[in-house]
Amino acid sequence: MAKVVAVTGNEAVANALRQVNPDVSSAYPITPATDIMQRFTSFVSDGKVKTEMILVESEHSAMSGCIGASAAGGRVMTATSSQGLALMWEELFIASGTRLPIVMALVNRALSAPLNIHGDHSDGMGARDCGWIQLWSENAQEAYDNTIQAFRIAEHMDIRLPVMICMDGFIISHSIERIEYLEDEEVKNFVGEFKTLNPLLDLEHPVSYGPLILPDYYMEYRRAHAEVMTRASEVVLDVAKDFEKLSGRKYGIFDAYRLDDAEIGIVILNSAAGTTKDAIDSFREKGIKAGLLKPRLFRPFPYEEVGNALKHLKAICVLDRADAFGGSYGPLFIDVAASVYPYKERPVLFNKIYGLGGRDYLPEHAELVLNELVEVSRTGKVKTFKEYIGVRE
Amino acid sequence: MKLKNWKEVTPGAVCTEAGSALKFKTGSWRAFKPRWIEENCIQCLFCWIYCPDMAIEVKDGKRGVYRYDYCKGCGICALECPGKKGKKAIVMEEEGK
Repeated sequence: MAKVVAVTGNEAVANALRQVNPDVSSAYPITPATDIMQRFTSFVSDGKVKTEMILVESEHSAMSGCIGASAAGGRVMTATSSQGLALMWEELFIASGTRLPIVMALVNRALSAPLNIHGDHSDGMGARDCGWIQLWSENAQEAYDNTIQAFRIAEHMDIRLPVMICMDGFIISHSIERIEYLEDEEVKNFVGEFKTLNPLLDLEHPVSYGPLILPDYYMEYRRAHAEVMTRASEVVLDVAKDFEKLSGRKYGIFDAYRLDDAEIGIVILNSAAGTTKDAIDSFREKGIKAGLLKPRLFRPFPYEEVGNALKHLKAICVLDRADAFGGSYGPLFIDVAASVYPYKERPVLFNKIYGLGGRDYLPEHAELVLNELVEVSRTGKVKTFKEYIGVRE
Repeated sequence: MKLKNWKEVTPGAVCTEAGSALKFKTGSWRAFKPRWIEENCIQCLFCWIYCPDMAIEVKDGKRGVYRYDYCKGCGICALECPGKKGKKAIVMEEEGK
């Protein structure tokens, strides 16, 4: 039976981690990390989990500890945010390149400078091409559900890759919402026993991790990694199907909201999708066919499925909560544009940068974008392909 | 040796075969070559202990010849060699001279 509680996103994720009861966790649980790991270390101190908790002196060491423990053959998790993820950057590639199924919650917060730890996707976007799987979460319920599913995805024998669960800083991490918890036993059965692959501690079968791979082999390992990425969508969907049987909550690789018959659409990640859905409802009431696509699996980006879901629209605005300085457009826009590119008949696209450093994204911002979409769908003309919204000009 | 394709390599480049470094010959990297002068050798085996690879052969507890296939010419053996009465038992010489 599900238990209904009122908790913050951080409490929900920490509770999911308690229910999974991993073998090892290595973390640096102070700011910019949120209270996920602080709460988890309380579970360790109170004997609620059997996890070996390693408290280290930096996030670089936190991820290094996770890599060592995972290579040794344990089920491993951690959590971080903002500069913490930035400090892990080097190790992120080692975790994925070594194919270690580490699970990490990432509370999306801005990067310094200027110093700011509010909701912003710059941290997660900076790590989007590091070979991890990324699941993005609209609300605390999805963050909780994604955390539990992440273990099954990461540890799947066809995948064996680390998974990052992203959720918006403060808006989700620190706000109280209504959440349905699964029973401890249900979570335990869902994630199952951890299965090892070439563990270092299997002394009967000695192995070495981290060898030097020269130009004669490096590309073969990268090609193999790319191949695993192509299998992720299917595994994510299979795990979601099993999770739906258990929880009644349905997840895909993306959320398509009123999209089937839509003429205009917004593509947006995480918590801002909720606000946007409300604005879409009010436009629908006025007879305007608006819809939304919210990616859940952002890495690997399911470009074929996204392209197929968006190709029939007349106009699309992609909203990015991170900019790619010196690049063409925001990171989400680039992937969406590439997804519809193969179609001869394709929507007109434009990009807005919103909500940086915790700037509020309000219904009026969504309405502004929807009004512009109506105009663009009528004329086929875009005034500005990329601009900041909600900024003082 | 036939090179493996991307479908044949182990996940995460993990080496699952013990002692496979034997197949990885790195001697061609060498710019300086160590030369062993047996009359100055006191059989301390420091060279064997300090060698980061397996370039020094030891047989029946005695220092043997260099396995140049695995010697990258780092010079650690020559540096650590105490020699006999101030004379080194290992000297580094430029390759190709």
